[in-house]
Parts: sequence; structure tokens; C-alpha cells
Amino acid sequence: MKSGSNLEKVLSAGHFAVTAELGPPAGTDLEVVRKKAELLRGAVDAVNVTDNQTAVVRMSSVAVSALLVQTGLEPVMQMVCRDRNRIAMQSDILGASALGIRNLTCLTGDHQSFGNQGGAKKVFDIDSVQLVAMVKRIRDEKKLLGSDEEIAGTLPMYIGVAANPCAKPYEFRALRLAKKVEAGADYVQTQCIYDVKMFSEFMKAVRDLGVDKKCRILVGITPLKSAGMTRYMAENVPGIVIPEEIIKRMNDAPKGKGAEVGTAICLELIEQLRAIEGVAGIHIMAIEWEQKVREIVEKANLLPRPTV
Amino acid sequence: MVKATRKPLQAIFDTVKAYQRVLVVGCGGCTSVCLAGGQREVLDLADELTQCARTAHVLQQYSTFVTERQCNPEFLADIEDRVKNADCLISMACGAGAGYMADVYPSVPVFPGLDTMFIGVDLDVGLYEERCRSCGQCVIGDTGGICPVTRCSKGVLNGPCGGTGDDGTCELGEGIHCAWHDIYERLKAQGRLANMMIVRPPMEWVDKGPRKMIQRGYEGRYKKD
Repeated sequence: MKSGSNLEKVLSAGHFAVTAELGPPAGTDLEVVRKKAELLRGAVDAVNVTDNQTAVVRMSSVAVSALLVQTGLEPVMQMVCRDRNRIAMQSDILGASALGIRNLTCLTGDHQSFGNQGGAKKVFDIDSVQLVAMVKRIRDEKKLLGSDEEIAGTLPMYIGVAANPCAKPYEFRALRLAKKVEAGADYVQTQCIYDVKMFSEFMKAVRDLGVDKKCRILVGITPLKSAGMTRYMAENVPGIVIPEEIIKRMNDAPKGKGAEVGTAICLELIEQLRAIEGVAGIHIMAIEWEQKVREIVEKANLLPRPTV
Repeated sequence: MVKATRKPLQAIFDTVKAYQRVLVVGCGGCTSVCLAGGQREVLDLADELTQCARTAHVLQQYSTFVTERQCNPEFLADIEDRVKNADCLISMACGAGAGYMADVYPSVPVFPGLDTMFIGVDLDVGLYEERCRSCGQCVIGDTGGICPVTRCSKGVLNGPCGGTGDDGTCELGEGIHCAWHDIYERLKAQGRLANMMIVRPPMEWVDKGPRKMIQRGYEGRYKKD
């Protein structure tokens, strides 16, 4: 075991893993965190805590992750490269470990101009591949970046990354994941997938590279709420591909039935995606729709979650 | 070369309106080339400021001079007599030139007339785009001549990130190309795609006060034993 985290144990035991996402509050109200945590408890193996997603200031991922540890819900702390240099990142990683955080998903981060601090100076001192290698070095060699001195204590951390199979250049995306795995990624949570054919092609390339044997692959799932959301995602979010057929089904949904149709599509996608060789789990990103997660997991026949 | 653009007229006037004799100093180097701080722009600014002074009923006298280059002490020596007769200076050089003029003439206030924008290229007359962040560790030999530090919005060294659009644009849109998409396509066209598998370690950012260098061949002149 690299970290002993529940997520690692579930995946290592060969179970089909389920993770979800929890967005920290844009304020100090902990009731929001508690409510979301209870919606997810027992429905998933671990919960990703986003790190100032879309560059909007929110409670820190390390603080919310630590709160989840206290309540017995396993966090996957997300860390982006946008806001901290290598000193702050390593410091927060050591601190996260001290607070009982055992999973870390390493991300580039959305550009600062998307959020509510457009004038912020970007950091990007290191990138996501370098971040993975940095965490692995601390964990496996007990050495900080650029230092040969051994640190005291251990860093049991399961290291994750993201991948976007549907962004250009398509033929490089599997190779990019291979680079991240080479750097030390233990698991990957992909961008949300709607195009099964495109994802299958990505997975074939991943398997040809042997990446699925070295890294557990969790497919990103985002249930669609409405035709409006579907159109917005298809047209405005770079690297998200939604096939015409799905857009049409959402458009054709009777008034007030958008969420129902979206859920049905989501369940079909899960069934098709989990059948693809090399897929080890799903990562449900129900954006501000945490109450939907349990229903999806249940209807996908993925309850109860394994105890390992 | 360095690209710069003029500050708003009113902002310049506000900084210098308390001074009677103002010398506007242009630069024959980069800012002249990018049409911001050469002979014509210096004369234009002096004219416009004179007009501002008249309108504001401020008694001021503007004179002008264009140095060969403001980032060089010999050329800055050319304006010594003129500086003696000035209460303040407006620099139409880049930030380096303006600051150097302030160092060479420390008793006279120097105000920047330009905002220095970037090291870039001429896409067309008066149309410039950034190409270099002067990181001091040029990597473009590996990346098909396209700088990831400058042209990737996130400065990602092992890209692309997940935000590349269908048309090869950056997630920021605004007509910005994804640098790593372009790197991929160029390396592919050159038969050098193997370069995409290079894992680049973190940069050693040299970030401790002003960077200093001695040009090759001049070591003996400046390095003391």
C-alpha cells in the first residue's frame, strides 16, 4: 500500500470504485460542507474536494479535506498549480498528510481570469506533471524537490491526476497520461465523458501503452440537468464533447423532465463506460447537485460500497 | 525587440504639471522601432502636453531630444547639458531605459511616458505579439520554436493542459492559440514528435534582484580574481 487510503484499498482489491466531488463553500459556513458530506456518505469511496475551482475563491481544499477526515468521510484533496509556488505546495502537502489526508489529485488548474480575481498574478511555478513527480519523490524517497536531505516521517499519499481524452490533440492524450503515470500517478480521474466512441479509442491507446496496468482509471461522469446546461457545456467548455444524439434527447425532454432524462443518459453512459477494458471506476462530478449522487450510484447497482 | 505603448496623455500630464521645464527624452532603440518613443512620438507628446498646459493655465516649457539608446551610459551622456536645464524628464524608452536614465541623473525626477509591454515581434505595422518572457533557459529547440513559457497561458512545460478547444485554441478563447497544440502540430510536421515525450523538470527561476550577465568574451574585463 502506498497510502492505505480507502480509495487505494478499494481499487487494489479489484472493486469498481466510485468517487464524487464536493465544492467547498464560498464563505465560512460549515453547514454547507456538512450537508454535502452527508449526501455523499456511504454512496462513494472517497470525495474530491476542489481547489478554488474555476478560479473562484472558496474555502481551501486542505481545510475542507481535513474537516471530512474528522467526520470519517475520506477526502481526495485536489491541488492546482495556479496559486502556489513549490514552497507553498510542498508545505501544504506535508500539512495535508499531518491532517490525515491520503489522496491527492494533482491538477494544472483553470486560468485565473475565469474567476472572481481576474487581476491575480498566476503562479504555475511547476506544472501538474512536475507536481506528481514532486509528491512521489517526497513519498518514495523522503526528499523534497531539489534537496538530497531526507525528511523525517512518512507521506502516505495516493497520487492522482486528471486527463481529458476529448481535447485536442486527441492522438496525444493517451501519451500525456502515460507521461503522468511515468511521473508517478497512481490513479486518474478523467474529464466528464459523453462520447463513448471517442473514449473507447482513447482507452485503446491507453491499453496499447500498458498505462491501465500501472494506473487506475476512473471515468468522469457529469449528470446533465437540463437542455440549457447541455448546450452550454457542449458549446462553451473546451474539451467537452457531447454527441448530437445526447443533445437532441435533452432538447426533446418534456418540460420539467430534463433532470430525469439526464439521469437516464448518465446511467446508460456508466453502463457503457464501465464495460470498457481498463476502466476501474467512475468519478461523479454532479456540479452543485450532490443530492443526485446517491441515486445515480444506487441505480447503477453500485451500492453498497465495499468495505475493505 | 521590446514593445511599449504610450501612457494616457492626461496621466502623463498629471505627473509632470508641477514642473516648469520638462525635457521629453525619446529612444532610438526598441521604442522607436515600435512607434512609441522615437522622434515623431516625442514631438507629438511634447505638442500635446503643451496644449494640456495651455488648457490648464499652467506655465510650462517642453523641449525634446532623442537619444541613440537610453539603456547605455555613453548615449545618456549626450543629454547632460539638456538635463541641467530641466526640472524633470519624461522618458519615452522602455522601463529599462527610463530607469537607467534615472540612475545616471539621480538628482532629476524621471517620469515614464510609456508602459513597457513585452518582448515581441512585428506581426504587421503597429501590430505586435509577445514571444519571449526572458526566462533565461530557452527551451524552444525542443518545442518546435514555440515558447511554452510565453505562449501557453499557464506556462505549462509539459503540456497541453486539458483546456484545448476543438479548433486548437486556448481555454481562454480570445483568439489565443493553445501553445502546446501548435507545438504538437509543428513537431509532427517536422517528424520530431518524440520530443513530446520529454519530461521537463521544474525551471530554476532566477528571481533574486536584477539579473546580471557578462557577455561571452568579456569575462576578463569584469571578473576580478
